[in-house]
Amino acid sequence: MDLHLIWFILLGILLTGYAILDGFDLGVGALHLFSKTDQERRLMLNSIGPVWDGNEVWLVTGGGAMFAAFPDVYATLASGFYLAVYLLIFCLIFRAVAIEFRSKREGAAWRQSWDIAFCISSILSAFLFGVVIGNLIWGIPLGSDKEFQGTFFGLLHPYALLTGLTVVALCMMHGSIYVVMKTEGEFHDRARGWVKNCIIFFVIMYVILTMATLLYVPHMVANFQKYPVLFFIPVANLLLIANVPREIYHKRDFMAFLSSCGAIVVLMFLLGFGIFPNLVLSNPHPEFSLNIYQDSSSLKTLQIMLVIALIGMPVVLAYTLSIYWIFRGKVKLDDHSY
Amino acid sequence: MSLLLLSRIQFSLTIMFHYIYPPLSIGLGLIILIMESIYMLTKDPLYHRLTKFWVKIFGLTFAIGVATGIVMEFEFGTNWSTYSRYVGDVFGSALAAEGVFAFFLESGFLAILLFGWDKVRPIVHWFSALMVCLGAHFSAIWIVVANSWMQTPAGFHIVGTGMHARAEITDFRAMVFNPSSMERLAHVISGAWIAGVFLVLSISAYYLLKQKNIPFAKASMKVALILGIAASLAQMITGRIAAETVAKWQPTKLVAMEAHFPASAPGDFYPFGLVDEKNQRVIGPKIPGFLSYLMYGKWDAPVRGLESFKKEDLPPVAITFYAYHLMILLGIVMILLMGIGLILFSKGTLFETKWYLKLLVPAVLLPQLANQLGWTTAEVGRQPWIVYGLLRTSQGLSKAVQADAVLTSLIMFTLIYLLLFVLFIFLLDQKIKQGPGGIEAQEETQTHRAST
Repeated sequence: MDLHLIWFILLGILLTGYAILDGFDLGVGALHLFSKTDQERRLMLNSIGPVWDGNEVWLVTGGGAMFAAFPDVYATLASGFYLAVYLLIFCLIFRAVAIEFRSKREGAAWRQSWDIAFCISSILSAFLFGVVIGNLIWGIPLGSDKEFQGTFFGLLHPYALLTGLTVVALCMMHGSIYVVMKTEGEFHDRARGWVKNCIIFFVIMYVILTMATLLYVPHMVANFQKYPVLFFIPVANLLLIANVPREIYHKRDFMAFLSSCGAIVVLMFLLGFGIFPNLVLSNPHPEFSLNIYQDSSSLKTLQIMLVIALIGMPVVLAYTLSIYWIFRGKVKLDDHSY
Repeated sequence: MSLLLLSRIQFSLTIMFHYIYPPLSIGLGLIILIMESIYMLTKDPLYHRLTKFWVKIFGLTFAIGVATGIVMEFEFGTNWSTYSRYVGDVFGSALAAEGVFAFFLESGFLAILLFGWDKVRPIVHWFSALMVCLGAHFSAIWIVVANSWMQTPAGFHIVGTGMHARAEITDFRAMVFNPSSMERLAHVISGAWIAGVFLVLSISAYYLLKQKNIPFAKASMKVALILGIAASLAQMITGRIAAETVAKWQPTKLVAMEAHFPASAPGDFYPFGLVDEKNQRVIGPKIPGFLSYLMYGKWDAPVRGLESFKKEDLPPVAITFYAYHLMILLGIVMILLMGIGLILFSKGTLFETKWYLKLLVPAVLLPQLANQLGWTTAEVGRQPWIVYGLLRTSQGLSKAVQADAVLTSLIMFTLIYLLLFVLFIFLLDQKIKQGPGGIEAQEETQTHRAST
């Protein structure tokens, strides 16, 4: 295995970590307005309270790793998706602000406004991530100088909108299971109903997206035709998703959550494997695509970074898991709560 | 307005607003660690309350620091993509290290620091304070290393030519320990400590003046004052060393900092003054030959001045001069304040001297201003280069971005940051008014509410 491939995989791991972690807290945000009383909304907020900003660090590190390992990819994507990137960042800032400020005053109007801000910015963040993914799959117009040649509105084509909605659905499913896992009593029972609806929403989106991909994005299937064994992966994905309602029915909420994490891992794998060895597909001029071999940093940098990652990441994983362990169990409101 | 100007305005706005918060996190991180260590050693419940209160303030500054920090990370790519392609290979390792060693550490353990009081043993909580403090300092290390590489590049070679030229790393050690990185790091960190110190002093002085939370305020003030004296002395020494490095490696920046115009003449030193660029002079009191003495140890040594450089290689002189001199002035004021505090403390009248406490309340702005002015000196003084001597700022822009897109994002930033700042002040004010006692009172009512 060469260093370029290792960094492609490591970048994939970081972004998958982000998708799993921020996925549930964006999902909790998207579902926020379905909870009714102030007590319920505070439970929703505090279920993600101690972890949401740690979750966002995975995006920061993922972005850093992309800058470091594939500077041209980082530069092309960030400048090409200029307005989309800032819209996304503004949504993330708004979310953070809403979480911090909502419970700081008693007034109903104050809290309702922040609740709406929290919900909309969460949905919009998930949607924009989806749009970016849709464009990575579809390909974006690049010139021979590696620069983006399209427009902001050119990014909003039907396929990208479809991936946007699918990511929203995925986050909502993932988030609803998280809420079930972290709550108890009557609210917990009602949240179980959300899971069912979210799964239906996600499965519908997933089927439409899969059909659209098979019909209109043949290059995503090319790698699978080379390695037919890997067709078991989309099947595994369906099994994992089908397993969620089963575990929920048997009240094994944590297993349901793991299943949903597994589904996200598989989806990220499908994405990575589909575009490999490219990172940014150029459409309509595939010869200008950015790939992991020509558009990476030097071998020396990749090597130094690998050493850093090998020392740092096991430690990061260890304490991330211990922090989740410390905050395990049902969420309770206390004086440190939002 | 041109793409270059808009992009520079946006970068200044976002970085200056962001930089209100990280120094507070670094400074408060250390102060919290000291307080919780005292609590662990003495088991004095007062220090438990101290830690608890300042952790709340830390949480607030950290949240806004993260939110505005995400912007910084992507702004290199969005607005300066040519620069990003150029430096990516060199910055790569520094940024990866920052993500892995600093951010994860800080945000992960902050969860325990803020929400884990009743969930972990005291020693684990203390360990979390240590990790958060370390994480905050680590992030300063890698950011300052990367920025110092832009000031004094080392450990690299240039690959490709013209449009495709980019820097590639050849020597990791030389890159990290480039000629200016360590002294600038020391300067930045002691500046951050001072920012934390003055925040604690200001809030404590406010309590003393209002006759509220007296034991709490006295203990906080003692810790902050001791750290403050050490940090402001360190600040003076590291500043002096950093200026020497600038003199050696960035001659155009130095002459702009001192507004030394003649091509070759003994350098005079102006403690303050007005820059008259038209007539190429500074109007104000001067110490003849002192600049020569500072640079070469001789009062009459000639210093190469602005006139000897090509005009297109020079930074804006007036901004650099004013920013640098104001920073030093503020630094002196802060050292004086610390010195007076020490005298009053040793006389035992510190907590009763009203005029001094009244000075401390607004003094929280001094380190904030000085930090911003210091960075203005460093960054404006580096112009017209984005990487000193290698890549011009105008060459670093994104090619795929139009001016109207930057104008749009700039307007959005202005509005959102205004909102953020108002909310920050509002929340800070609320937490200060609640005070450490407020936290406990609130706790009681909430446990009461929970039990009913």
